[in-house]
Amino acid sequence: MPSNDICFTETHEWVHLSDETPPVATVGLSAFALEALTDLVHLELPEVGRTVEAGENVCEVESVKAVSEIYTPVTGEVTAAHEALVDQLETLTELPQEDVWLFRVRLSGDRPDTLLDTAAYQKLCEDGAN
Amino acid sequence: MPVQYTSILEEHRATREAVGLFDISHMGRLSITGPDATAFLDRLVTRRVSDLPAGHIRYGLVCNPAGGVLDDVLVYGAPGPAEVWGDHAALGVVVNAGNRDKLVAWFKDHQSGFDVRVDDHTHATATVAVQGPRAIETVDRLTRGAASALQNYRGARATLDGRPVYLSRTGYTGEDGVEIICPAASADGLWQRLVADTAPCGGVPVGLGARDTLRLEAAMPLYGHELSDTINPFEAGLHFGVTLAEGRDFIGRDVLASAQRSPARRRVGLALEGRRAAREGTPVLRDGQPVGVVTSGTFSPTLQRPIALALVDPAADTGPLTLDLRGKALSATTVPLPFYRRPR
Repeated sequence: MPSNDICFTETHEWVHLSDETPPVATVGLSAFALEALTDLVHLELPEVGRTVEAGENVCEVESVKAVSEIYTPVTGEVTAAHEALVDQLETLTELPQEDVWLFRVRLSGDRPDTLLDTAAYQKLCEDGAN
Repeated sequence: MPVQYTSILEEHRATREAVGLFDISHMGRLSITGPDATAFLDRLVTRRVSDLPAGHIRYGLVCNPAGGVLDDVLVYGAPGPAEVWGDHAALGVVVNAGNRDKLVAWFKDHQSGFDVRVDDHTHATATVAVQGPRAIETVDRLTRGAASALQNYRGARATLDGRPVYLSRTGYTGEDGVEIICPAASADGLWQRLVADTAPCGGVPVGLGARDTLRLEAAMPLYGHELSDTINPFEAGLHFGVTLAEGRDFIGRDVLASAQRSPARRRVGLALEGRRAAREGTPVLRDGQPVGVVTSGTFSPTLQRPIALALVDPAADTGPLTLDLRGKALSATTVPLPFYRRPR
């Protein structure tokens, strides 16, 4: 997917919405989040078929030091979980951002209107880092 | 000390396989001087200090009258580390950074009746721990063999690359190694020299994150987790850290004498299923009933599985347990401690 096609959440997930009707959202971890999440030991993905609600904590990624929760920015049904990632946690941070997708959700409601575009997200990261 | 210099996992592995360097200058370094120095520490520390020979180091606890732990400390027989700055008569006490002010105040509050002086040398000094299978050979090269000349829990003055230091064959990683105490003014040069000399064999600086995973694999207690002023040494599994022998009269002794017979809780090691780690505060259940709480937990980089220390009801310390891990039940079993023992 072209990188200019993705949006971001304030909790450091990226989202890509397909052109289907209803659209399918692919949710991943931003490069900024990956940078911060070193020493990963475990990734728990949501079950396929499960119904999730925007803002819900649906899975978690665990490093040696701490657990980070991952939120879905959209409401709908989980149609896929990227199980292959679970076996490559040590090299996750070396992958391009678009390869680190976690799960897909077929939207049951409206498209989210609170997502950030790339420029707004970059500003959020820079402000947060200062 | 940062949480990590590069990566907790890499720093952890380097310490287990080669050598790790730890800037532990934040720890408190105190000295006790005066005719009553040994009698004074005999009164305040749970282990006997009066028979501590020169060059010997003893692990002990400082307790309150209720037997709760105020800190776990290392006591250095005189002449201790203070010898490096010319004080040959002083006993040394190394305390946890977070407890330093509390301990200095506690010592001063109990000085009455003892002819002693309590000095805090923390800011004038520094400590670098060199730990791992290659630690002793590295320090030996810089000290003409002074590290390997020491047995465990022994210390001596030495010269490291021209700098006066105090070598202590102690550590907090489960590996062989030394802790090097030096005047603050020479700390930077010492650190740079050790970094340069350990790099060829895979040595790296190690931060607080790996310091925690290393000590947890070795099942060493961390104050504020396995130890606190509401946990007594027997509950924490530190029987070796208390000498209740005839004639010993230290603060907390009476309570501890009865606590030894019937501890209310017991420290256990837990092995968890899967790869998710329990963390401090995770409830421990037996047949759905709460029987304890996790005091420290992590994913063990060496064992490649989650491990945890917990305080549990002594009646429930064998057999299958369940952990309430953020709302999900996870099976755990008690395992012998330490989780990791270095190969010899």
